[in-house]
Amino acid sequence: METSFALTGKGYVIIAADTTAARSIVKMKVDEDKIKELGTHLLMAYSGEPGDTVQFAEYVERNIRLYQIRNLYPLRPPAAASWIRRSLAQSLRSRNPYSVNLLLGGYDQAENKPNLYWIDYLGSVVEVPFAAHGYGSYFALSLLDRYHDPEAPLEEGLATLKRCLDEVAKRLVVSPSKYMVKVVDKDGVREVEI
Amino acid sequence: MARRYDSRTTIFSPEGRLYQIEYAMEAISHAGTVLGVLAKDGVVLAAEKRVTGKLLDLSGAKVRGGYGGSGEKMFLLNSNVIGGVAGITSDANSLVNYARTVAQQHLLQYNDDIPVEVLAQRLCDLKQGYTQYGGLRPFGVSILYAGYDPHYQFQLYHSDPSGNYSGWKATCIGANNGTAQSLLKQEYKDDISVEQAISLVLRVMSKTMDSPTLGSEKLEFAVLTYDETAKQPKAKIYRPSEIDALLVAEGLAKKDDDAEMKS
Repeated sequence: METSFALTGKGYVIIAADTTAARSIVKMKVDEDKIKELGTHLLMAYSGEPGDTVQFAEYVERNIRLYQIRNLYPLRPPAAASWIRRSLAQSLRSRNPYSVNLLLGGYDQAENKPNLYWIDYLGSVVEVPFAAHGYGSYFALSLLDRYHDPEAPLEEGLATLKRCLDEVAKRLVVSPSKYMVKVVDKDGVREVEI
Repeated sequence: MARRYDSRTTIFSPEGRLYQIEYAMEAISHAGTVLGVLAKDGVVLAAEKRVTGKLLDLSGAKVRGGYGGSGEKMFLLNSNVIGGVAGITSDANSLVNYARTVAQQHLLQYNDDIPVEVLAQRLCDLKQGYTQYGGLRPFGVSILYAGYDPHYQFQLYHSDPSGNYSGWKATCIGANNGTAQSLLKQEYKDDISVEQAISLVLRVMSKTMDSPTLGSEKLEFAVLTYDETAKQPKAKIYRPSEIDALLVAEGLAKKDDDAEMKS
């Protein structure tokens, strides 16, 4: 089942999401990228109702790009999170609300620090040191409580993430087989192998 | 037929000029001076008040309430931007109202103070519209924006009736702006502090203003700094009593009588 994790560290945010595209009980695909690069220093992992997720993620992507073209500099992560939250809250009160959960991670180039936001389809947004969506969150959050260190270097952060992924593989009945992991820091976004 | 090309705002003259826009700019160079200086830890604005007089009721500005200033030239556009206006006051009021609305819309949408340049751009978009659409008069207003945002820290912008805007280290609009600008050019140094900028602004102001003495009834003054404890910009528009106190501290206050001048 769909699962995504994210955690911050010293000057970076790591976001991981499973790569399965499933329909009912059938896996349709195992290499789907569910982490969108919204800008040079902004990542968004999305999960939820298939179709809604891609539609909403592309809508967000294009609007954030538009802001950057119009205003010369990109939206900073806190502003992007607020805008996305507002879009979801408006959608929730419409006839067909988007059913999408997000993890938004970015590096704020104005203040030189990483930001991570947990956002759900009800329009909640919380800035957090680590976060998870999906069934994996039931196993991972306690591990992250124990092992997360906001000052940890990237290797330690990835090791903590690995603990979460291993725990989910061990305990969850319908655990995903593969994950995509992306990092955002002062140099921008990149994919890492785990 | 000399007036063939200046009766309407949107018609080019054969030389490719828009006369109404140029007249609007000319109107501003007769208005009260507004002066801005960018420092490394703040921005300073000063303005010359033109509407004064013994019978003018300024009790609104003098007693507590409001945020300082007498509401003629200095306005708080947003918590991170102070605007100083020169030109037709009623046009300025309308633009200030627009600027405040734009800033609050940005705050509502992004939960973040509007970047200074974005605000200046939005006002310029509006002003430019009046140079292109027929039947309307352009805004006879130039504005200095003193602001702070995390992208570029302290900034000083100027916008004119044509819809152009530019960023400055120190600039001046209104009457005698040429004199003031050449003075600023001589005296401005990079890495100037707010305290130095305040005294520079007051010095230049005292030389460019028509009246020989500075006083709170002729001057408006504002400073934007950064509050390190609250982690946010701090805009201060001075009250008349604070301006007088500042002038005393700077040694530019009006003398009590003419006794000194005679001796």
